[in-house]
Amino acid sequence: MALVKRFTQFVNPQGDGSNAQGPEVAPSLGTPKIETRGMNFFYGTKQALYDINLQIQSRAVTALIGPSGCGKSTYLRSLNRMNDIIEGTRVTGEVLLDGMDIYSRDVDVVSLRKRVGMVFQKSTPFPKSIFDNIAFGPRIAGQTNKSELQGIVERSLKQAALWNEVKDRLKESAMALSGGQQQRLCIARALATNPEVILMDEPASALDPASTARIEDLIFELKQNYTIVIVTHNMQQAARISEMTAFFCVGRLVEIGQTKQLFTNPTQKETEDYITGRFG
Amino acid sequence: MPGSQNNKSVSNDGPNRTDGVLSLRRRFSWTHVREQVIQWILFCCALLSVLTTLSIIYVLITESVYALPPHTAFFQEVSLREFFTETRWTPQYAEEQQHYGILPLVTGTFLITGISAIIGLPVGLLIAVYLSEYASPSARKWVKPVLEILAGIPTVVYGYFAIRFLTPMLIVPIFENWLGMTVYGKNALAGGIVVGLMIIPMVASLSEDVMRSVPNSLRESGYALGSTKFDVSAKIVVPAALSGIFASFLLALSRSIGETMAVAIASAGFANLTLNPLAQIQTMTSYIVDVMTGEVVSGSTVEKSLYAVALVLFIITMIMNLISQWVLSRYREVYQ
Repeated sequence: MALVKRFTQFVNPQGDGSNAQGPEVAPSLGTPKIETRGMNFFYGTKQALYDINLQIQSRAVTALIGPSGCGKSTYLRSLNRMNDIIEGTRVTGEVLLDGMDIYSRDVDVVSLRKRVGMVFQKSTPFPKSIFDNIAFGPRIAGQTNKSELQGIVERSLKQAALWNEVKDRLKESAMALSGGQQQRLCIARALATNPEVILMDEPASALDPASTARIEDLIFELKQNYTIVIVTHNMQQAARISEMTAFFCVGRLVEIGQTKQLFTNPTQKETEDYITGRFG
Repeated sequence: MPGSQNNKSVSNDGPNRTDGVLSLRRRFSWTHVREQVIQWILFCCALLSVLTTLSIIYVLITESVYALPPHTAFFQEVSLREFFTETRWTPQYAEEQQHYGILPLVTGTFLITGISAIIGLPVGLLIAVYLSEYASPSARKWVKPVLEILAGIPTVVYGYFAIRFLTPMLIVPIFENWLGMTVYGKNALAGGIVVGLMIIPMVASLSEDVMRSVPNSLRESGYALGSTKFDVSAKIVVPAALSGIFASFLLALSRSIGETMAVAIASAGFANLTLNPLAQIQTMTSYIVDVMTGEVVSGSTVEKSLYAVALVLFIITMIMNLISQWVLSRYREVYQ
């Protein structure tokens, strides 16, 4: 039932406008949080994305699906310019965050990544204590006040539903946590910098079903306050947690639509073939 | 052998096969002989290094700790107590004034090692950070061969560089002419600096290896949290590689301790018990060179003292290598 309710929210965005006023930047629902226009992406001379036009709604989950190597991870990583780290990559077209082109010359990549956080497929706790892992982002942003940091760590761990499991051992190494806990730790770490958008690159694909369920619950909670873009290979997962789904294939955006509509009544033959398991 | 019977039945079915080819029975063949010979050669090579080590230990112990009756070993002539507590090392004097206290040699050695560590470890580490985190592939292509050239310079050249260039053109002008201190023609500082230069390539390449083995996913996570390159290098990569870096430091320091030629040329003279880097010192290794290149009576206490010094050196270096290996093996566990 909740699913249906969420869909109707999307069908009538204006009807919901008043509720969208959050404590932070709150563009009226309907204006996309992120928009890409005519975006192409190149690894050296090899083109990986072709003319992507895509709008990502604020405070909702957008799922990116598609076969391996279709460019969905590349697209995700281009939203906070993580691909800049890779030598020889190039972007043309526009990627707008709240209307500002993040690839324009006067954008500071470091502040961009504070607003657009990321969680990776493989959990990547730093070989430090749990506390230091969460406090990493605030600290490099200049936060040195001990009680402030403690507050941030507690809030982030609670948001990531990990607080009760680790509150008595914050000083212990994060490497000792289980796989699912490590992934929630990474989500908490991303939340600690107070981002507006969270990019997730197959965050649950290396986890067992129980941990996956916890991550999905968490995503469901987080979208009240955050814009979430998630790459997933698991179509049931996309169907369960997302409002919008975009289907990528060989570097092109084949189709984007409301998740329910895309899974039940896709407009493109390719999408239908993929979601019914005929290829990919 | 049941296997060979099975084979026969198989070979009857198979095309182009004869009984002889498929038989599992061991029989003479040149391939087999060759394999055996190769195995023996390899084993002998491994055995050679083990035997060398064992015979060196044997010689060190029989000359310094205990010798069979007609002969006497070093510690049967000089007490352990004198060796470790006496502050004078004067084997070059006449019989009555000879003293064998290893302390001046140990302080001399550690003075050189300390100076080289101050120079070599931070510079080596910074080069490693540059190569691993900052350098573009093309820059790395230039810097690494240059480091290898630095590592390939004969140590005697470093010694010459220290005594002909560093001391008169750098150390004397600064410390004697400007600060008014006494600088000896041979001083620990010059030797320590060149040994520091020598260990830079070692620290840089070993530390770079461990830093590059830090998984990229950690760097990406750092960047995704809004880190600058410096944040990622200093707060993620270096801490994650810390034990490996520490191990490379220890290996470099045992190289400093063992370094002989440059120190013998640039720093070594009288065995002072001092921590003054501008004074002459004597290190364990340069003492050995000193005695071996001079005239020494065979079977004398002076000659035997070489083995005692070598034994101490051997033990110190071995302990450092063991510690660094232990640290490295612990490091590997972190990332499998």
